[in-house]
Amino acid sequence: MSRDLINLIVEATGESLFMVSVAASLATLLGLPIGIFLATSRKGELFAAPSVNAVLGVIVNATRSTPFIILVVAIIPFTRLIAGTSIGSGAAIVPLTIAAAPFIARLVEAAIREVDGGLIETASSFGASPLQIVFKVLIPEALPGLVLALTLAVVSLLGYSAMVGAVGGGGLGDLGIRYGYQRFMPEMMLAVVVVLIALVQTVQTAGDYLARRVNRRLRHR
Amino acid sequence: MNVHQPIAVAEPIPVLAPEAPKPPSAEAMVRFEQVAKTYPAYRDKPSVQALQGIDFAIARGSITGVIGRSGAGKSSLVRLINGLEKPSAGRVVVDGRDISALSGRELRLAQRSIGMIFQHFNLLSSRTAADNIALPLEIAGWAQDDIAIRVSELLELVGIADKYDRYPSELSGGQKQRVGIARALATRPNVLLSDEATSALDPQTTRSILDLLASINRELGVTIVLITHEMSVVRQLAKEVVVIDAGHVVEHGHVADIFTHPKHPITQSFLAEVLGDSIPVSLASRIEPQPVEGGQAVIRVQLRGTAAGDTIVARLARELGIDIALLSARVDEIGGQHVGSLTLGIPGDDAHIRQVLSWLSQHQLPVERLGYVA
Repeated sequence: MSRDLINLIVEATGESLFMVSVAASLATLLGLPIGIFLATSRKGELFAAPSVNAVLGVIVNATRSTPFIILVVAIIPFTRLIAGTSIGSGAAIVPLTIAAAPFIARLVEAAIREVDGGLIETASSFGASPLQIVFKVLIPEALPGLVLALTLAVVSLLGYSAMVGAVGGGGLGDLGIRYGYQRFMPEMMLAVVVVLIALVQTVQTAGDYLARRVNRRLRHR
Repeated sequence: MNVHQPIAVAEPIPVLAPEAPKPPSAEAMVRFEQVAKTYPAYRDKPSVQALQGIDFAIARGSITGVIGRSGAGKSSLVRLINGLEKPSAGRVVVDGRDISALSGRELRLAQRSIGMIFQHFNLLSSRTAADNIALPLEIAGWAQDDIAIRVSELLELVGIADKYDRYPSELSGGQKQRVGIARALATRPNVLLSDEATSALDPQTTRSILDLLASINRELGVTIVLITHEMSVVRQLAKEVVVIDAGHVVEHGHVADIFTHPKHPITQSFLAEVLGDSIPVSLASRIEPQPVEGGQAVIRVQLRGTAAGDTIVARLARELGIDIALLSARVDEIGGQHVGSLTLGIPGDDAHIRQVLSWLSQHQLPVERLGYVA
């Protein structure tokens, strides 16, 4: 494989990592509070607001059920508003974030709901405020689940990021389609797939390790 | 003689709480005033009247047991005391303050003077023993240095100072409950609520946890309210008992009085559980309704707060000159009184039996005739 092609792969990997890491961070900032709210706002819960919960649930589901490629195209005006352009890796961060945030919200909700309700009651019994319960009980206790949720979200984002080539987003997926498929360069396609596999493996292994590190439930010395 | 059950006569009951009552205080620590609690209907569940007409007081510095079957309303009752639940009617006054009228920040401040321990300990798995104990102090906004000092005091108090850096997954049930107790006492509460705190523990561990609670009551003067479905817990630790059934208080008074003279069927059934009122199956199956040639008449004597229950057989035999057989017995000591039942065999004819029955009635001992055995 020529030096030029290798440079292309390195550059595309950089673009993918940039898009995915920025989108994952922004989506976490959005998805974490939404997920916590979804997990604590049903009737009788910490921030009980059943109707807001229901509306938010519908919005989250709607976003999640829209195919990503359609979402990318559909929100081009919004992307342009936010990023100033609808082309390039920077612009691709907008649809990636919007697609990942509700996904993360649902994963966070599930992780938070795993926390024993007795702990919430316990914290309430010694006078903890709802926010103290979130930060001192729910998040620390759900941490292993949250780490795994974020790992899953990053892996999914790597997959999504392959599709933003459709709007000139660049990255590994784009490279694979343009060189590997359209220019019949199977070695390029293979190289792209191998890099993606390596990235996913690395992310998953790191996530699993971190989740085990923060899990005190089964750890014995 | 056929003794099927271990004779529990004069099993020493350690004196866990001082006999001398604390000076009576004008203000009760906890007072329920005509309290009712109804859970509204939700989805397919109908509304539930959990508590009704609850009206009693818990004395300052006392240890009060609240006993009832599951679903009797015990959990609701205890959660009204620390404001986790609001009464549908009436008032709950804790340490002179109407806790049922407080909300938000005021309620949270009041909750810091009421500790609670739980059946399943409810420790944070992500925190060490020391950090679990620190949690209520962090919530109350204590400074880090003060927290560190207080936590080591508390670890010492509950006897697990060496476990400070252990996570709950590395602790035994009894150790976890000690952490739970230390955590509940962290903010120096006046009241400690125990919600079935020993129900998940084995008998030895239960005993050690109850001993710890007794010493906390004695040394710190903390009023303790024990929710339990186990009579043995009330007997070991409490001085006062409240019996609740189907959302009502059915009996309330000194443990010794209530359990020596149980009035309500629920109380009687709790008592039967610890005393094993039923006679052994192997004896029951041999009992005939008609006299058996050369056999014995079987009677059962109830001991309800008899000061010298353990000497009855000996006195009967000596005073009447009859060889009384002790067929089965279960006697326990509650508040210094003998409580239980003796199943006796009386040899010979009707005259003997009449003599024995009249002796027992002279001594105000309730007796029933069960039949005859060979």
